[in-house]
Amino acid sequence: MAHALAESHEEAANDRVMFGFWVYLMTDLLMFAVLFAVYAVLQGNTLGGPTGRDLFSLPLVLAETLILLTSSFTCGIGMIAARAGNKNQVLTWFGITFTLGLMFLGLELYEFAELIHEGHTITTNAFFSSFFTLVGTHGLHIISGLLWMAITLIYVLKRGLNKHMVRKLTLLSLFWHFLDIVWIFIFTIVYLRAFV
Amino acid sequence: MKEFLLGKLSLRALPHEWFTIGATVSFLLLALIVIVAITRLKRWKWLWNEWLTSVDPKKIGIMYFLVGGFMLLRGGLDAIMIWLQQALSSGSSQGYLSADHFQQIFTAHGNIMVFFVAMALIFGLINYIVPLQIGARDLASPFLNTLGFWLFVAGVIMVNIFFMVGGEYAATGWLAVAPLSGTEFSPGVGVDYWIWSLQISGIGTTLGALNFIMTILKMRAPGMTLWKMPLFTWGSLCSMIMAVTVFPLLTATLFLMFLDRNFGAHFFTTTLGGNAMMYTNLIWMWGHPEVYILMLPSFGAFSEIVQTFSRKAIASYKSNVLGMIGVSAFALSVWLHHFFTMGAGANVNAFFGLMTMIIAIPTSVLVFTWIATMYKGRIRFATPMLWFMGFIGTFAIGGIAGVLLAVPPVDFQLHNSLFLVAHFHTMVIGGVLFGIFAGLSYWFPKIAGFRLNERIGKYAFWCWLSGFIMAFTPLYVLGIMGATRRLDHYDASTGYQPFFIMSLIGGIVIMIGVALQIVQIIASFIQKRHLLDITGDPWGGRSLEWATPSIPPPYNFTVIPTVSSRDAYLDLKSLGLLKHDYEDIHMPRSTASGIYISAFAFLAGFGFVWHINWLAVLSIIAIIVCVIMRTFNENTEYTITAAEVEKLETDRIKKLLPAPAGNNEDMGLREFVGIVIVWGLNVIRTKPWRTH
Repeated sequence: MAHALAESHEEAANDRVMFGFWVYLMTDLLMFAVLFAVYAVLQGNTLGGPTGRDLFSLPLVLAETLILLTSSFTCGIGMIAARAGNKNQVLTWFGITFTLGLMFLGLELYEFAELIHEGHTITTNAFFSSFFTLVGTHGLHIISGLLWMAITLIYVLKRGLNKHMVRKLTLLSLFWHFLDIVWIFIFTIVYLRAFV
Repeated sequence: MKEFLLGKLSLRALPHEWFTIGATVSFLLLALIVIVAITRLKRWKWLWNEWLTSVDPKKIGIMYFLVGGFMLLRGGLDAIMIWLQQALSSGSSQGYLSADHFQQIFTAHGNIMVFFVAMALIFGLINYIVPLQIGARDLASPFLNTLGFWLFVAGVIMVNIFFMVGGEYAATGWLAVAPLSGTEFSPGVGVDYWIWSLQISGIGTTLGALNFIMTILKMRAPGMTLWKMPLFTWGSLCSMIMAVTVFPLLTATLFLMFLDRNFGAHFFTTTLGGNAMMYTNLIWMWGHPEVYILMLPSFGAFSEIVQTFSRKAIASYKSNVLGMIGVSAFALSVWLHHFFTMGAGANVNAFFGLMTMIIAIPTSVLVFTWIATMYKGRIRFATPMLWFMGFIGTFAIGGIAGVLLAVPPVDFQLHNSLFLVAHFHTMVIGGVLFGIFAGLSYWFPKIAGFRLNERIGKYAFWCWLSGFIMAFTPLYVLGIMGATRRLDHYDASTGYQPFFIMSLIGGIVIMIGVALQIVQIIASFIQKRHLLDITGDPWGGRSLEWATPSIPPPYNFTVIPTVSSRDAYLDLKSLGLLKHDYEDIHMPRSTASGIYISAFAFLAGFGFVWHINWLAVLSIIAIIVCVIMRTFNENTEYTITAAEVEKLETDRIKKLLPAPAGNNEDMGLREFVGIVIVWGLNVIRTKPWRTH
């Protein structure tokens, strides 16, 4: 009886955390909404300087996109493994996800470094301010996602796949897919639209 | 090297003007007195374990009340300074404040009153009452709640620390409109303090709101469907949903402003393609709903009060709820009425003007449900009811003024005039603050275990109401006469001065009201045993919070009640269905993580304000480490067994003493003054400060 009660207590807590995390993701999405709106307003303000069309490299961004989409896929497989309780597979698939995330981050930093090298920084004009902020904020989210993933994997390694860990992995995968969706919008609105 | 270590900080940042020195000395003195008192009473451990690290929403609620009440005095001091300057500064007299100092004062007044008084007291009420009303033992995430509170405290410190370090606050108005708030026109640290006090406390608000949404939607007692939820909980739910919707906008906007100021970005600048008008839009997209975030819980509190003191269920519960939902929904699409004059065009202005007028409809529905509830009710004119009735009148006046301002051609005449200032003070004082006072006097017995003194409470109410009318009616007139807001000086020929003086007198009457409220609380403590609430239900309440004893135990309910109607407690007591049984209870453990994270958030903000980047970066790393340690801590709960609960309950009942026989009347002012004089004489006679 007491055991069943504790069980249902646990389940209710789980349910609340999942719901709360969804609400959190929506708040994060609203922050991105502001950054997207700001980008939409300011993107034309280049003051005669180079525009996105002159600077963006579509093959690079396509590579970034494919890498991030693939990482979402491997993250999904990792979750199936987590629900099945297969620790080694979880470590493998999330390890692959982590590597892909790192590759994405590397490419993004490379893109930023190129731009900065050519003398385009956040202070240049409003277009670059909004570009670096929107894409950079997504990048910061990727960094926190990677950090979170690394630490969760270390704990999985140490503590094994208990209920808490599966819950944490579920939240992490939600976060990762969320970043993927935001990236799709960045890919469309920032990069593809520059060439329309 | 020095610049790396200290950023912009130098000895010049130390206090050197009369007001910064004065404030620093009084803060330090106050801190010294508190520290000495706690040390002498040997209460440090108790304070840390029982209060500061507590995750009990009731204790966090009380801490919100204390900080919010203290900030009310701080913001009130600003208000009196503004009033005094405006009453004096006519013609050849320049008043006693410099223009720059005056600007800092009205900026601080606005920020403190909205963020650190109204929000604090509203969050305090929600913390204390909502879990009790829905039959919950704690919140969905007790940790997020303590974290939200401590981030709020970090914001409070950030908004006041400029007295000691820096010496200047933003002189930009409470929303720091661009480009005035950019580095070009505000090179000092004032705006940076503004950014970080709002940013840190705003993130706390988002987390708190998220937590309450989870709690209200997922943790209600069995049987309590959404349509059976008490109206204060409904108001809180609407308010919290709005908060999670718009506070992220504030966070993002402040972030952009920070990038502008610290990293030379061009979002809101006048040069290199920045767009200052975008700032106005973004900040009001948050700013307008913010007013309703404050208002809706007050609406809910009024609904509870009008039912209890009319001894009648609310007239048309569903209309009331739909009214609140309507207000929240429309509130998101009216922000542009704050800047009709900015030039968005006739069609855009017309749309937002209409939306603003439409929002009066759900609001009126609420007012009519309250009036209809009083109709044929047996009304008791206790203090909460007085606050409510005062509110109905002021709210109607303020609402009509608001609808007037919603008409763009009228707004072109009255924009940024004192008419506007009078309007929003009518709403925020007459609506929000009266709601908070009504709620606090209504729920005080639940929170403290004894009633408040009714007699002095009524004096306080009448001072507030008459002072309020005297203070703000002249401002409506002044606005129509053409006086703009934020005037630090005006020409004698304008004829403004008599009105400003009348307004000042009104302000002084309000301050007397505040003083009487403090007297009321002290007098109630003195008379505590007479005012004791033994039943837990002093007013004949209808909702579940009255089913708990006053003061409720940490676990609120020994057994979670099953709800079958809207007036859950009224039914349980009339049908005699209250269960007295005991069961094992899971409770969250206290945690200091919230304090640590908020302390580092404060340091990070401080680092950014002064461009001490190493401090900011290290603090952010420390925050991340704290969060990781907290999330991977699996030992966050403990269990109270049924036997322990039974013992706690019987102990509690044993301790309840019946009120002493004799004169049970609430003491009046004369009696209070007598007691204070006798006590003072006694202190002088015994000389407790002399150590033997």
